[in-house]
Amino acid sequence: MGLLSRFFKSSHQGLMQLPAGSFTLDREGMIMTSTLPQSFPADHMRSIGNCVLNAFRSAKKAQMPLSEIIIHYAALKVLARELRGGAIIFLMPQSLSPRLKKH
Amino acid sequence: MSAQPKILLLDDDQDFLDLYREMLTQHLPSLPEVKVANSGARGLAMIESEPFNLLIVDLNMPKMDGLQVITIVRRKHPQLRLVVLTAIRDEQFRTRAYGMGVDQYWIKPESDQEMGLFMESIDALISSEAQEGFRGVQSKSLVDIIQLECLSQSSCMLKIVNGPSEGRIYIQNGEVFDAEAPSLSGEPAFQRILSWKTGTFETMPADPSRTRTIFTSYQGLLLNTAQAIDEAASELLLAEAAAPVEDSPANPSGKPNTPIMVELSQMEGVEFVLAVGPKKSTPNSWGLDNPKPVADFTRQTLANFRDLGERLQFGELQQVLGNGPQRHVAVTTCGESELCVGFPPASGPEHVRESLKNILSKWGS
Repeated sequence: MGLLSRFFKSSHQGLMQLPAGSFTLDREGMIMTSTLPQSFPADHMRSIGNCVLNAFRSAKKAQMPLSEIIIHYAALKVLARELRGGAIIFLMPQSLSPRLKKH
Repeated sequence: MSAQPKILLLDDDQDFLDLYREMLTQHLPSLPEVKVANSGARGLAMIESEPFNLLIVDLNMPKMDGLQVITIVRRKHPQLRLVVLTAIRDEQFRTRAYGMGVDQYWIKPESDQEMGLFMESIDALISSEAQEGFRGVQSKSLVDIIQLECLSQSSCMLKIVNGPSEGRIYIQNGEVFDAEAPSLSGEPAFQRILSWKTGTFETMPADPSRTRTIFTSYQGLLLNTAQAIDEAASELLLAEAAAPVEDSPANPSGKPNTPIMVELSQMEGVEFVLAVGPKKSTPNSWGLDNPKPVADFTRQTLANFRDLGERLQFGELQQVLGNGPQRHVAVTTCGESELCVGFPPASGPEHVRESLKNILSKWGS
């Protein structure tokens, strides 16, 4: 049994890939549509969505309404466009290697 | 910490741990003490209970994966060297691991040659940690390094990196020949580079074909620069003394009130700059009638996205750019300050990126 499980051990057992794709949220932060893989948890989408919606609201409160926000992380670029109080959010994994860099 | 370096090896495969413990203990010239842990939780508990020089961690582990361990270790033990040793060849995990601040990312060696390279790199990593004399030289100020190079009559090029900015000082036979900094050259570039408070430097081979632009002796140059830095610091102190007290609206006129803000206000295509320090201090700004809501937006946005990136392991937050019908904004961190910069709505992304880079370079000085 131990031998078999060693052979058939999944290569990404506990690790989560950063997905590429998009999802839309309504003004309440509810996920409406998504092109992200099902392996990416809905909770993570909601966390990203809430941060983005908070940023749009906070900018509006500071008299600087924004229609687009781009967040640059070392390994991921998040692009969010405002949609009538909600948002469409694109996730684009980044690469160190220029050969694989797409964005 | 004792002279014998200590390594913690973290992997869920016991056979791997046994093999690598033996190899690291017996084949590294520095004869390190190697301890092992077969789960993230156990590894973290060991790091809490005793000091280590180096953590070698696998990524693919059940319950707590390697990226989660790295996130916690980077926050709680920033001085600990980190090496990822994994079978995962995915480019994305390499990018994420480096984004989270690991020192090296290794695919598990599959040949004697690869194993030899891995051992060499681990030995170099722990040796550079153990040789305190070299580290002492590296932590000297830039002035000391220039004096050292000039006194020894050497010829070299010093490459200095301060955040997004890069500067070069050319030394020929113990004399400073030329200098380059972003949008500056000659003596002003030399002064700009020496005003940087932190950064890294690298000694490169000299460029004999370089045209000389600096004719002042290195002692004179260092003296002039020290004088300029002192003057700027005293101007800053005077401006801070004249700045509004806490809880009152900061700089209600929107006019620049510190030397750095005066400099930034002269930049083309920048509508406003706001800087907030740590611990809710009064924001420093120009170009804003009411900076408080913008300061709240800056703090809140950076804190939320930083927390999100850490929780979901996206790597370090670099910057947040916002485009709007009235203006574009860029929010980022520079040292202990958080900056928010406003641009006219017609500004293109290239202009925003370049201006932000210049502002960060000036702010870093």
